[in-house]
Amino acid sequence: MLSKAEVPVAEQATQKPILSVRNLHTWFEIRRLGFFKAGEVKALDGVDFDLYPGEAVSIVGESGCGKSTLAKTILGIHQPTKGEIIFEGKKLSEFTKEDRKEYTAKVGYVQQDPYGAMASFMTVKRILEEPMLIHGIRSPEERNRRIRQVLEEVKLTPVEDFLPKYPHQLSGGQQQRLVIARAMILEPKLLVADEPVSMLDASVRVEILQLLRSLQERHNLAIIYITHDLSTVRYFSERIFVMYGAKIVEQSGTRQLLENPEHPYTKALLEATSDPDAENLKTFKKVPSGEPPSLLNPPPGCRFYARCEFAIHGLCDKQMPPDFETADGKLVRCWLYDPERKQ
Amino acid sequence: MNALRRTWEELGRYPSAVVGVVLIGFIVAIAVYAVIAIPYSEAIRLWRGGDDVWIETPRHARPKWINWFRKEKLPETIIVRTQENPDAKTVIPYGEGFSEIQVVFEFEYTADDFPSELSLFLQGVYAREAPYVDAFWITPDGREIRLAEFTVGRSYSYRISQDNQVRRRVGNVAPEIGLFADPSVTDKLVPLKGTYKLVLDGFLFEDDATIEGSLIAYGKVHGIAGTDHRRRDLSVALLWGAPIALTFGLVAAVGTSLITMALSAMAVWFGGIIDWIIRRITEVNMILPMLPILMMIGIFYSRSLWVILGAVVVLSIFGSSILTYRSMFLQVKESAYIEAARSYGAGSARIIFRYMMPKIIPVLIPSLVVTIPAFVFLEANLAILGLGDPILPTWGKLLNDAYEQGALYQGHYYWVLEPAVLLMLCGLGFSMLGFALDRVFNPRLRGL
Repeated sequence: MLSKAEVPVAEQATQKPILSVRNLHTWFEIRRLGFFKAGEVKALDGVDFDLYPGEAVSIVGESGCGKSTLAKTILGIHQPTKGEIIFEGKKLSEFTKEDRKEYTAKVGYVQQDPYGAMASFMTVKRILEEPMLIHGIRSPEERNRRIRQVLEEVKLTPVEDFLPKYPHQLSGGQQQRLVIARAMILEPKLLVADEPVSMLDASVRVEILQLLRSLQERHNLAIIYITHDLSTVRYFSERIFVMYGAKIVEQSGTRQLLENPEHPYTKALLEATSDPDAENLKTFKKVPSGEPPSLLNPPPGCRFYARCEFAIHGLCDKQMPPDFETADGKLVRCWLYDPERKQ
Repeated sequence: MNALRRTWEELGRYPSAVVGVVLIGFIVAIAVYAVIAIPYSEAIRLWRGGDDVWIETPRHARPKWINWFRKEKLPETIIVRTQENPDAKTVIPYGEGFSEIQVVFEFEYTADDFPSELSLFLQGVYAREAPYVDAFWITPDGREIRLAEFTVGRSYSYRISQDNQVRRRVGNVAPEIGLFADPSVTDKLVPLKGTYKLVLDGFLFEDDATIEGSLIAYGKVHGIAGTDHRRRDLSVALLWGAPIALTFGLVAAVGTSLITMALSAMAVWFGGIIDWIIRRITEVNMILPMLPILMMIGIFYSRSLWVILGAVVVLSIFGSSILTYRSMFLQVKESAYIEAARSYGAGSARIIFRYMMPKIIPVLIPSLVVTIPAFVFLEANLAILGLGDPILPTWGKLLNDAYEQGALYQGHYYWVLEPAVLLMLCGLGFSMLGFALDRVFNPRLRGL
């Protein structure tokens, strides 16, 4: 698996991106007394990235940093306030009704809670049939063929045993496999997996991640893998985006990032990752104090300023840093890497 | 199917559910029997009365089974017909079309109480000149009491109970009492048991002339349910009340619940102005009292049960339950499976009807079952207020009749109790089942 992660980012850049996100903002209005606008929660505040066909990226960050909002905005569940999502060269905002429907078939969604992600009153067969019925696959033979194929692919076999079951009759791992099967049944090109393993047993996690990985390789699937858990990332993705306070603060190759984190927040995040090492019992980890900024009224400068130990007073608290390219394909949103400042 | 069977098995563990199901089964059985045994048009014809439909039943008769609990047995109605008994007539021809006729109405009387009425219905058969007869009453102990003499027209009714001359002749008591009283008992009036005869002695004036007819000694008990002030058999209304009550309750409960649910799901899903409009309509409608509106519809527009049913459904749709469902749907709308459905392109209609509504239907079923009797009672309420359907026999109509006729003051308890008991059984059955269903479907209550 690591072999794929080793592919230089530049080589991929020659391809056309399957998904481009440009200056994406998703704000939620807060109303007072139901009428008066009291402000906006800026859940996404200017996010840019490109995703290439067959590529897996991880988006990491703590709770409330906007990871899930990013996923849902890409899926069209939330409407972006500003900015563009470009899928296969076409802007989402210019989609016709048919385009939008086709887009829902080309993008699959795997959620965090597999049980909640399925209608509890539907059988496995019905759950898998629903997307096909919505997308006008009328012939029952075709539907059955696809159901069989996709269930075998996610290793829910023998297929006949599973078809009449209800979600509550399956184990957590089986439920997540079923959710993945549902996401795959329309043969998508992009899969958005929002914390797909965080609610599963540790013993099942690796299996599910390996399943996603094998699907990715077999179908040349692009995957956006959203997680708060850096320890699962290294098994999975080619690139990592680190999010903090509604912005992406660092984009880089997986190995590059894990070995050489550059943004102070990334460093702190890696510091906080626990390894199964007995020595950890005796050490006390240094974790930046404080809270993430309020997204209702974010500070004007760097979002991490208040917690950053390398903060430059007078610069970081006044001006939002742009993305600085520190290495090939590596972007860091931090004044520390301003080439002009270094000179 | 599987889930249904499991629910059924689980229900069996609650005695209240079993009792409820038995009671509902009983009411449903009555309803099915009523619809099969008495067709709709026949029920309406019987209940309208007229055309002498109920001429042979007594007024205010109690149900027959009341005799099982009494030492002094109340009389049943005795009908003696000449057609059924050809020997009752003897004709002696005198020639030239002139003949003497004797008709004997003979019957055995064994009850411990007097009949409620005594009537003679005669049909004279003749071309020009009607027969002429003398009527005599012969008691078991051989006394002969002259009743009256009259010309037997083509349809002649002689209401013996209302004949004041007979009343004087039998000692100034009502004829139906005086004619049956035992003269050997002086301190009180006791009927004399034995064979009574009413004899018509007279003349026919034509060859083919004859007299047919029937003597009716109306009893004080009738059928399984008794009769009302218009001699109608209450069992017709009691039987037909069941299908009407069930239809009204079911249609109103299911109709309002489903429409309410669909409306609140739409309000939640689309939100914004649709949500606002539905909520304001609901709030206004909740303040408006339903009963006076129904009464106004009944008075000014139509009292047909089906019009009222429609009005009930329309008025109940925007009830408080729309807000209850709304709060549930607000939760359902945000759940992950709805998000997933949107991600694979499900449209609004599909999400509302296939994803949101089925989720809360299990919560709805118990309340649905419990609201059925509420609508049954509503129909009875309207009928008691005199706004019942004018032609359909219902339980509420019986209560209304009983109330208007002062049944309780006159001691006709059966008249009030029979429909009341059926209404209560109906309510009890659905409530007991509903409460048990609530426990089956809402596991949170199981621990209680």
